[in-house]
Amino acid sequence: MAAIDFSHIAVEMSGITKKFGDFVANEEINLTVHRGEVHALLGENGAGKTTLMNVLYGLLKPSTGTIKINGKSLNIFDPNIAIKNGIGMVHQHFMLVESFSVTENIVLGNESTKSFGILDTERAEEEVVHLSEQYGLTVDAKALIQDLSVGSQQRVEILKTLYRGANILILDEPTAVLTPQEIRELVAIISNLTKAGKSIIIITHKLNEIKQMADFCTIIRRGRHVDTVKVSEVTEEELAAKMVGREVSFKVAKEKQNPGEKILDIRELYVEDSRGVMVVNGLNLQLHKGEILGIAGVDGNGQTQLIETLTGLRKAKSGRIEVLGKNITNLSPGKIINKHKVSHIPEDRQKRGLVFEFDIAENMILESYFKPAFSKRFTLLRQNIYKNAATLIEKFDIRPQDATVQAKSLSGGNQQKMIIAREVSNEPELLVAAQPTRGLDVGAIEYVHQALVAQRNEGKAVLLVSFELDEVMNVSDRIAVIFEGKIVGVLDADDADEKEIGLLMAGGTA
Amino acid sequence: MNLTGSKMKKLLLTGSFGLTLISILLGFLVGAIVLLIAGFNPLEAYWAIIKGVLSKPKYVSYVIIYATPLIITGLSVAFALRTGLFNIGAEGQFIVGAMAAAIAGYFIQLPILLHVPLCIFLAMSAGAVWGGIAGHIKARFGVHEVISTIMLNWIALYLSNWSLTLQMFGKQGTGKSHMIQETARIDLFGQWKITEAGIEFIRSHKVLGDILKSPVNLGIIFALLFAFLMWYILNKTTLGYELRAVGFNPDAAEYGGINVKKSIITSMSIAGSLAGAAGALQVMGVSHKIAKLAIMEGYGFDGIAVALIGNNTGPGSVFAGLLFGALKYGGAKIQDAVGAPTEVINIVVGTIILFIAMPKLIQVIFKSRKG
Ligand SMILES: Nc1ncnc2c1ncn2[C@@H]1O[C@H](COP(=O)(O)OP(=O)(O)OP(=O)(O)O)[C@@H](O)[C@H]1O
Ligand SMILES: [Mg+2]
Repeated sequence: MAAIDFSHIAVEMSGITKKFGDFVANEEINLTVHRGEVHALLGENGAGKTTLMNVLYGLLKPSTGTIKINGKSLNIFDPNIAIKNGIGMVHQHFMLVESFSVTENIVLGNESTKSFGILDTERAEEEVVHLSEQYGLTVDAKALIQDLSVGSQQRVEILKTLYRGANILILDEPTAVLTPQEIRELVAIISNLTKAGKSIIIITHKLNEIKQMADFCTIIRRGRHVDTVKVSEVTEEELAAKMVGREVSFKVAKEKQNPGEKILDIRELYVEDSRGVMVVNGLNLQLHKGEILGIAGVDGNGQTQLIETLTGLRKAKSGRIEVLGKNITNLSPGKIINKHKVSHIPEDRQKRGLVFEFDIAENMILESYFKPAFSKRFTLLRQNIYKNAATLIEKFDIRPQDATVQAKSLSGGNQQKMIIAREVSNEPELLVAAQPTRGLDVGAIEYVHQALVAQRNEGKAVLLVSFELDEVMNVSDRIAVIFEGKIVGVLDADDADEKEIGLLMAGGTA
Repeated sequence: MNLTGSKMKKLLLTGSFGLTLISILLGFLVGAIVLLIAGFNPLEAYWAIIKGVLSKPKYVSYVIIYATPLIITGLSVAFALRTGLFNIGAEGQFIVGAMAAAIAGYFIQLPILLHVPLCIFLAMSAGAVWGGIAGHIKARFGVHEVISTIMLNWIALYLSNWSLTLQMFGKQGTGKSHMIQETARIDLFGQWKITEAGIEFIRSHKVLGDILKSPVNLGIIFALLFAFLMWYILNKTTLGYELRAVGFNPDAAEYGGINVKKSIITSMSIAGSLAGAAGALQVMGVSHKIAKLAIMEGYGFDGIAVALIGNNTGPGSVFAGLLFGALKYGGAKIQDAVGAPTEVINIVVGTIILFIAMPKLIQVIFKSRKG
């Protein structure tokens, strides 16, 4: 807060309206950000946060409204104009060239060339190193993007905007993909940036992060400006209520229930990752009907590979996986889904969960297009397919309520809802949910948690994998802690204690 | 009226249709510059094309005949592309299809109603095998289909040339095969045209007679049928759903339980069968034989451009194939009109095509490199 210079308004957006056809994504939104201020944008999935920022960055042209940058009225109809005026944006999905080095990515389109257009690598690298030291953005300037962790890639994106002289940084859900450790580093970086007089606009669904980082918070609901508050004067509960328009419960209500017969049985499972390193190391795990088992662990301890093996997307080296007593080890995904009734909410919705070019209805039948409900003698039953989608859209409150919209034009949170709707409607015996609430707003998180509990109450089994300890502790009946590819402890959720789990997650003994 | 007007404008400006039109115009513009540089009047040249394509019924008929194989190889490439595969092998599949049709058309004796379908079926099977091999190599060993299909193109070419050296099939010393049986031909009124009555008819009927002066055949009907089938399979069937899902996002398709490897093989086989059919129809309707190939004829390669211009759809390929046919047939007429040598004409036609296809080709290459 100390860093804010209230005499200097960096960004002033007034009366911004943005329509997509008849759909109003932003309606008369105002936003003021001072120099040195961290301003959070809060709103449900599909509220229009990304849209508003895309307008500021010149990716979208507003239908009406004006923008002033540092007191100067501007027509930003192209990102180049935004960049020239000191605006930088790190998108929800990164836009780096995988096979290029960090430096190459940063200077891309802004190369300092020697002569004849040859890139002066040495000078560029020096500049990058200098910038990264200045703001504590540690990153290896020579490394290739494809070898970097998600957190480092994000730092590259931030460096890229700084390299182009950004004074106003837009960060769209930067923490959604980060580990807790990486989030702490980002908080420090943001503080360094504001101290240097930069303004930050940050979008996040995590209320504690807003409390921790932001000075002001603008709340948007269904495209409209609800309120702008001073963060130090509101509680997390108040923020949530403003954004959803009702009270939100952070605790999941569930009755105690006795688990039934065994559904999932994993014995001595060994799995390698793509580089040939053994990352699941003799893992044992059992899961019963009517039970939610949460897997807690730090990212990179074999969770991803475990799930992939369980769902047929990766082959096990050895070991055995049984579902309801039948061996499913190394079967094809199709068999596991259809014969053994295992559904899967994938960790990466972009890569696995959706076909972006398909519309909502087509995505909803990804695992069931051949079933009698949706096809007859190899011909798709269009009417049924769209009716099915309409039902799910209604039931899961997916916005917009139009089955013919392409999946890629949905907001991140609504994409996630689509996947959950599809997987739950497949009526699985076992639901594998990997990071099911990543990128969701608190209202939607509440909804997803309730959906998982509903599965359990119906006597289905749920395997929940999440990097968020809160979520695991809140939703699960039992908690299994994974460390270096092994389950190192299984605890009853009721008498589990955060410290104890934290210790196990770090490889200690409880 | 106003509403449809603004919708139209939007489609033209934002849709891929508008992009295609703009590239076509640009192509002609650059072609004009080439002509200017070579010292010829582009307006006269283009007028010659238009006249050479539209001024007589016979010309239109020729354009359609030229366009037929291009439409179908275009469909072949387009079908594969919709599944995310780049079928450079339409050329080779065309060659084996033509060869199969020529062999079946010459050796087998059957009534026409059986002989024609059998020839087409065998040619499509040959093309399917040729395409399927590339699909299999990709699914099994991960070899990119561009590489395997290029090699298969050459194998097809040499196989076809070798078949002509066989005593029983090739007419020795001519570098050509024997003519296929009458019962394997799809010419319209081929025999009747040279009878007294036929000659009289052609002389007395202005429009129809003129059309009959060109080698009219059933090929275009097949082309339209294939275009419809492709649209139907891709958009209305479960197979099409699978193939499109794999084309858009193989990871998601795999996750959803679709057998991605099988889809790749299926798609390449279907694409191959289409190109094979194109080869068969060319033999059965136009050439009635195959000849020794010194170089690739380019039907398959032109198909790539046709598919790109046609946005990988059935109807698009028909439109693009006709455009292509018109350029190829009409382009030749520039020579008489303005005296430009064939080389210049080829450069102009090539430039136009390059301009139309290039932006999309770049898109495709980038997409397939990412995948
Ligand atoms: N190009 C587009 N065409 C049509 N509709 C769009 C387009 N882009 C966004 N929308 C719609 O506008 C609304 C707002 O989307 P936006 O991405 O801004 O939401 P968001 O607040 O960032 O949500 P999330 O938290 O889920 O990322 C959504 O309903 C979305 O479907
Ligand atoms: Mg967003």
